[in-house]
Amino acid sequence: MSVESYIRKPNRPLQLYAAIFLIVLYVPVLFLPLFSFNDSLYVRFPLESFTLKWYGELFQRDAVWNALWNSIRVGVVVAIVSTTLGIFAAKAITRYRMPGKGPIVTFIMLPLVVPLIIFGVALLVLMSQLGVPLSLYTVAIGHMIVCLPFSIAVLIPRFEGFDASIEEASADLGENAWWTFWRVTLPMVGPGVLASLMLTFTVSFDEFILAFFLSGTQPTLPMYIWGQLRFPQEFPSILALSSIIIVVSFVVVFLGQWINRGAISASTRGDAS
Amino acid sequence: MNQGDGYISIQNVDKYFGSFQAINTISMDVGHGEFFSLLGASGCGKTTLLRMLAGFENPTSGEIYIDGQPMSKVPPHMRPVNMVFQNYAIFPHLNVRDNIAYGLRKQKLAKAKRNALVDEMLELIKLPDYGDRKANQLSGGQRQRIALARALILRPKVLLLDEPLGALDKQLREQMQLELRALQRTVGITFVFVTHDQEEALTLSDRVAVMSRGEVLQLDTPSGLYERPQSREVASFIGTMNFFEGRVSSTNGSAITVNTAGLGMLEVPKQQGGFVEGDRVHIAIRPEKMELTETAPDTGTRTAKGVLQNAAYLGERSHYYVTLEGHDAPIAVSAQNRFDGSFTVGEGKPVWLTWRDDTAVILRPDS
Repeated sequence: MSVESYIRKPNRPLQLYAAIFLIVLYVPVLFLPLFSFNDSLYVRFPLESFTLKWYGELFQRDAVWNALWNSIRVGVVVAIVSTTLGIFAAKAITRYRMPGKGPIVTFIMLPLVVPLIIFGVALLVLMSQLGVPLSLYTVAIGHMIVCLPFSIAVLIPRFEGFDASIEEASADLGENAWWTFWRVTLPMVGPGVLASLMLTFTVSFDEFILAFFLSGTQPTLPMYIWGQLRFPQEFPSILALSSIIIVVSFVVVFLGQWINRGAISASTRGDAS
Repeated sequence: MNQGDGYISIQNVDKYFGSFQAINTISMDVGHGEFFSLLGASGCGKTTLLRMLAGFENPTSGEIYIDGQPMSKVPPHMRPVNMVFQNYAIFPHLNVRDNIAYGLRKQKLAKAKRNALVDEMLELIKLPDYGDRKANQLSGGQRQRIALARALILRPKVLLLDEPLGALDKQLREQMQLELRALQRTVGITFVFVTHDQEEALTLSDRVAVMSRGEVLQLDTPSGLYERPQSREVASFIGTMNFFEGRVSSTNGSAITVNTAGLGMLEVPKQQGGFVEGDRVHIAIRPEKMELTETAPDTGTRTAKGVLQNAAYLGERSHYYVTLEGHDAPIAVSAQNRFDGSFTVGEGKPVWLTWRDDTAVILRPDS
């Protein structure tokens, strides 16, 4: 028999396809950092000389810092609230028998597929009917709806990864539900919680459509970028800002995935023990 | 409702999961310091009963008392019982020492006192140098001991064990059986042990409740279950048993005479009343209560002539299967190989079975 099994056999066309796939996905994105280092107001080839001045200019604008601070505040609140809700939801979904569980889970996950513009319009109508003024709070409420499914999707494998009898053992050894959660459940789903915090923060930080509908006078960072696109002389700075956001988002999401990497292997180990 | 005599008293307990009845009106008492087993095939309700003792399930009706206290309103974390789980449920994020000390938090002990208690338990389970190991660095047998130590350190009134030896290989299982039994005598705590392994139940227990379909078929000592089963189901679940159909031909004060197909007339001791002349009954005899010879034995003993169908040599003993005229299933006979071992009679040759009538058990056919 040959060393390479049928499945492992290298497949040239598939490798080529994978390479093209990644190029199509990410090359357009790479134009942003490329032109952000270009010493020209205009986005066009050939490139002029290398410069960092667009980045330097960013740091002198109060409006950028202001928008950044708004986005961070919204992102942190959204991450904490949606992850907290996600923990309870994921625990309920994996631990309890309840009628209509399937439809309920589908319902919670729906914001992943429903166009955000619909949620945006719906929330805008709701807020104005209730007489709630638009502000960063309304943006945060909108973001929680979008972030909760991400949080639950990250946390469910963590909860499925450990046997319910471990929580029962804690109760049996004298700890009530709160202490069991604190001493056993949370440490065991901890990596998933961190991953969820990072992912939901990133989703909220990058979100534009809901922020467009729901923000008042204080813009989030994507809103600020949108606003600046009207001014051609600002464009290179926007490229610089976008590049920073891309890099930070990548780092945060990859870090979250890396922390949570044990989720699948932990679930298989749990069965074997 | 009165509290029963037992240290654990289970009274008229029913348990339904939806419309499925997992426990069908069970009442029984377990004594203080007893090693008590719940034995049955999977799905018989033994684990449900154990989980009701632990408080993870509540009876649909009825009440469970532990040391005189009704338990139905007591949540698991307030009960004076601790459990060894089937998969041990060792906390994977804690080391051995922290696993064992887990339940001590509420006692607010000084650190030195706490460490001393943990050391004592590590000594008891014979793993004194394992305190700093992580849970995933332990073998099955070691996990099982940690689970025991973690429960015993709290000095529970009752220790519940859910098939704790099921995941171990045969040799380790037998060793752990001996250790478990010795441990129970040392600590003097009441053990309630769930198992589907009848040999394990007989080896370990003071008393065994044999369960099936949510009911207790028989609650007895190991020898009582083996020697005097009260129903055909118990008789066939525990060990191997030969059954013969028969009809009561006469009864007197101490014995019942039965005419059987295959063995002829037997006079069996009256263990349970209620048999009258003409009743259809089953006679049960264990394989090792019968003796096999190649020549007709002396007259005066009970004997039946048959044909040797096949023989299986098992080392310290051999199993023989003998067909009798008038009886469908072959009769199992087990004999110790006290001499040179192999029985010389070839298959298909005539053999004689002998037995003593008082080793036979009379059972109702529908039971």
